[in-house]
Amino acid sequence: MSEPLVEVKNLKVRFDVREGIIKAVDGATFTVHYGQTLGVIGESGCGKSVTARAILNMVPKPGKVVGGEILYHRRRPSENGSEVTEIVNILDLDPDGEEIRQIRGGEIAMIFQEPMSSLTPVYTAGAHITEAVTLHRLLPIRKVGDQMAETIQAHRRVSKQEAKEIAIEMLRRVGIPNPRERVDAYPHQLSGGQRQRVMIAIALSCQPDMLIADEPTTALDVSIEAQILDLMRELQEETNMAIMFITHNLGVVAEMAQEIVVMYLGNIVERASVVDIFYNPKHPYTRALLESIPRFGKGRRQRLTSIKGMVPDPFHLPSGCLFHPRCPHFMPGKCDRIEPKWTQVGDNHWVRCLLYEKE
Amino acid sequence: MLAYLARRITYALIMVVLVSFVGFLIIDLPPGDFLTQKLAELQSRGDRSAELRIAEYRARYGLDKPLLTRYWIWATHFITGDFGESFQYERPVSDLLSQRLMMTAVLAIATLAITWLVAIPIGVYSAVHQYSLGDQIFTTISFIGLGMPGFLLALIILFFAAVILKQDIGGLFSRQYQDAPWSIGKVIDLLKHLWIPALIGSVTGAAGLIRIMRGNLLDTLGQPFVEAARARGLPNRTVVWKHAVRVAINPLIVILGSEALPSIIGGNALVAMVLNLPTTGPLFVQALQTQDMYLAGTGLVFYTIFLLIGNLLADLALAWADPRIRLG
Repeated sequence: MSEPLVEVKNLKVRFDVREGIIKAVDGATFTVHYGQTLGVIGESGCGKSVTARAILNMVPKPGKVVGGEILYHRRRPSENGSEVTEIVNILDLDPDGEEIRQIRGGEIAMIFQEPMSSLTPVYTAGAHITEAVTLHRLLPIRKVGDQMAETIQAHRRVSKQEAKEIAIEMLRRVGIPNPRERVDAYPHQLSGGQRQRVMIAIALSCQPDMLIADEPTTALDVSIEAQILDLMRELQEETNMAIMFITHNLGVVAEMAQEIVVMYLGNIVERASVVDIFYNPKHPYTRALLESIPRFGKGRRQRLTSIKGMVPDPFHLPSGCLFHPRCPHFMPGKCDRIEPKWTQVGDNHWVRCLLYEKE
Repeated sequence: MLAYLARRITYALIMVVLVSFVGFLIIDLPPGDFLTQKLAELQSRGDRSAELRIAEYRARYGLDKPLLTRYWIWATHFITGDFGESFQYERPVSDLLSQRLMMTAVLAIATLAITWLVAIPIGVYSAVHQYSLGDQIFTTISFIGLGMPGFLLALIILFFAAVILKQDIGGLFSRQYQDAPWSIGKVIDLLKHLWIPALIGSVTGAAGLIRIMRGNLLDTLGQPFVEAARARGLPNRTVVWKHAVRVAINPLIVILGSEALPSIIGGNALVAMVLNLPTTGPLFVQALQTQDMYLAGTGLVFYTIFLLIGNLLADLALAWADPRIRLG
């Protein structure tokens, strides 16, 4: 495994609403590594998106982070030109402060689920990119006659003209045809796929270390989805950035990720490499998810397996293991009483299930 | 673009003709006319030659002709800038209007400026700090402002000024400046009087505008593009003003167009009457009451023209501000 980039440790997020308290995320722990893709899967409302927003310290109101830490291994150029890594707990930063704003967009960028409405309708595609670029991207100043190695210490902001050139270049890289013309197109003049490409171009224009993709292809049709996924993989190979890929689409995550965490009701229930998750799933919930994927050649007359029961009411969560009311391996007197702990079941394969806990 | 403008202007002209005709018709509908009242008044004073003089007037104003003929004469003269003569003032309508139009415009523009300068920032503050103490206070005030009619507010202010401050605040000028030529002193005196009607107009206008601005902005702040802007690392101020307000304010442009220009001529007639302001509002109300045909008709036509111009300008401004509705 390469170096860690973001370590989420025991993250807890609550939503205090009139009807009660929702534990949106209850003890999420995982690590995103440089150059790797982490897939986060789980059904709607399981806390995937809230976790992603916590990494940028922008949990929407009335949500509140009530515990845990998010350690960001921030690489910065040091005085003598080499890189040093400084560890920042993102949750300690002022959510409106200068430092988190440098990280947002500049070092950790995010693309969203709704490409149709994620661009401000009154600004052109180019305006969005230049705005981000002038905010975050610094160009080195080369001093004439100075032949020392530390010439790239001094930085300056990019000019308007340079920002526009970067915008055109970025649009070209994400595969927008006629980028020189399209740079002046307004969001409503672009298709859904093109808008998501523009979102990716904005995110990548500042050369972030990590990209959080929150269901980036959910709103797109399948052929466009494949193009966007290919694009993200290509760009990742070029820039070595980390990707945190949030989805409920298991097929997509199998293609994209090296490591996967499975979330259920704000809890991570299993964490493993993509191969282990798909070929050797341990948690009954993960297994149930995999069984509910429609498959070719599975016998025409067979019904598609679905997970029995309903997602429980978030205000009245079950005791013990959250999955026990729906679990096919429910052990009465055990699963409904004891909260499962993390158990290692293989190389880098962790699961929270009492089936695997040794007394 | 030019074709669009030409089409809009053609529609507007047709509209003006229709409104002027229907307006003329309606003003003429009640039995009798201005002179029937005048005749009764003269006779009650025992004026024996009244009949004769009224007949003379009737011929002079063309009131003996049928309605359609009168409309035709008035309308054709209107185009040349001759709006007819006011029965009551026995002076050309254009004189009466030009005398009052300046002050009405000054007052309307002052009111508008105060309204928007106050309402937009408060609306934005209320939306950004939803349910905060400040928002609650502004919400309460704006509901009071919405619920209280302007003339009532005018009466309250008049009472306070007269009884507590012992100040004469009716009208737009103090007595010594009433007929004086323009001077610095007169301008200062105007400003001293102007703020009261401007304030009253603003309170009622701003109250509604605050609510609209707050509601629009709250809707916009919930949009994904606002979160996306924040996730790009933009400072809060930029996210709110450059992204959210910029989108949320578009519907207000329409309100500005359909209210601002017509208010220059219409003004708030009730407030103006309470405060005894020399504006066009009270003039028209009176003209309508006494069936002062040409004065009332001219007012109506001007109001329509201003409204149509306002709407056209608003549409153009909206197209300029919002690329989504720009013409291809």
